[in-house]
Amino acid sequence: MTTPSDLYDLVIGPFAEFAFMRRGLVGVLALSLGAGPIGVFLMLRRMSLVGDAMAHAILPGAALGYLVAGLSLGFMTAGGLIAGFVVALLAGLVTRVTVLKEDAALASFYLISLAGGVVLVSLRGSNVDLLHVLFGSVLALDDPTLLLLATSASINLVVLAVLFRPLVLECVDPLFLRTVGKSGSVTHLGFLALVVLNLVAGFHALGTLLSVGLMMLPAFAARFWSATLEGMMAVATLVGIMSGCLGIILSYHLGTPTGPTIILCAGAIYLVSILIGRRNGLLIRFLPRAHLSA
Amino acid sequence: MITRLVLLAAFGLGISTSTVGAIEPIKTVASFSILADITKQIGGDRVSVDTLVGPEEDAHVYDPTPRDAVKIAVAKLVVINGLGFEGWIDRLIKLSAGAPKVTIASDGIVSHQTTIEGHERTDPHAWQDLRSVQIYARNIAESLIQIDPDHETLYRANLARYTEELATLDQDIRSAISAIPAERRKIVTTHDAFGYFAQAYGIEMIAPQGVSTEAEASAKDVARIIRQVKSEKIPAVFLENVSDHRLAERIATESGARMGGKLYSDALSKENAPAGTYIAMMKTNIRELTKALMP
Repeated sequence: MTTPSDLYDLVIGPFAEFAFMRRGLVGVLALSLGAGPIGVFLMLRRMSLVGDAMAHAILPGAALGYLVAGLSLGFMTAGGLIAGFVVALLAGLVTRVTVLKEDAALASFYLISLAGGVVLVSLRGSNVDLLHVLFGSVLALDDPTLLLLATSASINLVVLAVLFRPLVLECVDPLFLRTVGKSGSVTHLGFLALVVLNLVAGFHALGTLLSVGLMMLPAFAARFWSATLEGMMAVATLVGIMSGCLGIILSYHLGTPTGPTIILCAGAIYLVSILIGRRNGLLIRFLPRAHLSA
Repeated sequence: MITRLVLLAAFGLGISTSTVGAIEPIKTVASFSILADITKQIGGDRVSVDTLVGPEEDAHVYDPTPRDAVKIAVAKLVVINGLGFEGWIDRLIKLSAGAPKVTIASDGIVSHQTTIEGHERTDPHAWQDLRSVQIYARNIAESLIQIDPDHETLYRANLARYTEELATLDQDIRSAISAIPAERRKIVTTHDAFGYFAQAYGIEMIAPQGVSTEAEASAKDVARIIRQVKSEKIPAVFLENVSDHRLAERIATESGARMGGKLYSDALSKENAPAGTYIAMMKTNIRELTKALMP
């Protein structure tokens, strides 16, 4: 039988005893606040894979920052942001002036960026170093990194609030904004910039590739719980926060690497949502009566 | 420059070319940077030393290249550590089709056992004990004398000078450590290379429990190290192998231990850096240890 003190040891104790656990938690909370809503927009605009592409595009910039100054927060952040923005802008340009569609343009530039990054890193010598960039560390969040995560989350929420209406319009009818004026591409680029910002903030905690997981998986899960945009954004943020808490606690008790554990928790919540989600969950689709009688 | 002058002098005196050939330095290959330095100390200008695993490179992940085979093919002498440190060397020598003399520098030292990845094995890192390195130097000197008996006096003189330096440093390290209060002579380190050092100089090197340096750390591992450092009152942690220095700093801050600097174990630094030679490396290590452990 679980007594209250067992529960305390299981859930609260680790956070009370260790500051690194509290810091990890705060970091993941900040990340979820920004990443959840962004993920929902990416999903609704059928850009779910764009997050992945941008993560790959950012990697070489971060790696370059690492080469110049080691594990420096400032250099790696600047490198990642610049690489991400450059790829987003170039892809936008190619989409506008050539026959290539956006997915192709984006894919081409992130591939170039990635290959360039790997070459750059290996020029310096060991490519073991690249692994440090691939996997961040939720457990090693120092004050400047936490501040960066919080700043990124704040910028995210403010910019999203400003861009909210045009973004919704674009989700519904991408052609409309383009026909009424230039604000369409401004919105689009602003949105991509937010994606980049989120991923760059995310790689300090989770690494470039896993930070996409905290962005997309909660959004997909949210799709099965709410039909409205606002609802999905709220659920996605909540799922992100839950995955973060659960992941950190599981990593503490089971001894599994923390970043991947968090993403696996998000994955588990997603799979459960597919099954029992209130909106279009498999259980409801195939057993409608059981649902009604329940 | 000096070699060139000697060559000019040789030609000027009309000495036959076969004698000139003998003035060319003995081509030597050392398996890693520390052995290369010791060989240079003994051989001086009489040897030219190529290194397979250079400064700041990791011998554990070394991958022989065709260029290394060429180095060995033209070498007269190959100096290796032995004790299983260079598992690849036999194949590489065979591949090179050369026939160098192979000197096992650690011949004659008292070796320790260690547990590597759960297996009991001979610990190869014997160079962390300065008295072992005196034997290393003697072995290398003997080999050079066999290959080049004409310069025996030079090698013997270099060996005597170097042995003297090693003995002095050995004493210095002992007195530095005896100045540290006995209960503070312990650190937590991820290095598995300091077994000989620990035994020779009486510093307890505690491996953090359950931390692999390759995989990403789990919250459990980090919590365990912090608890361990706190409960055993360990004054300093040397965790530069931990993949992220911010994690090491976190552990130090939270456990109240001092964060140690870089300890050199398997490789020298570049020449102008603090551990350009073996002696400089050992001096740097003892300085870092003293700094972290002195109350």
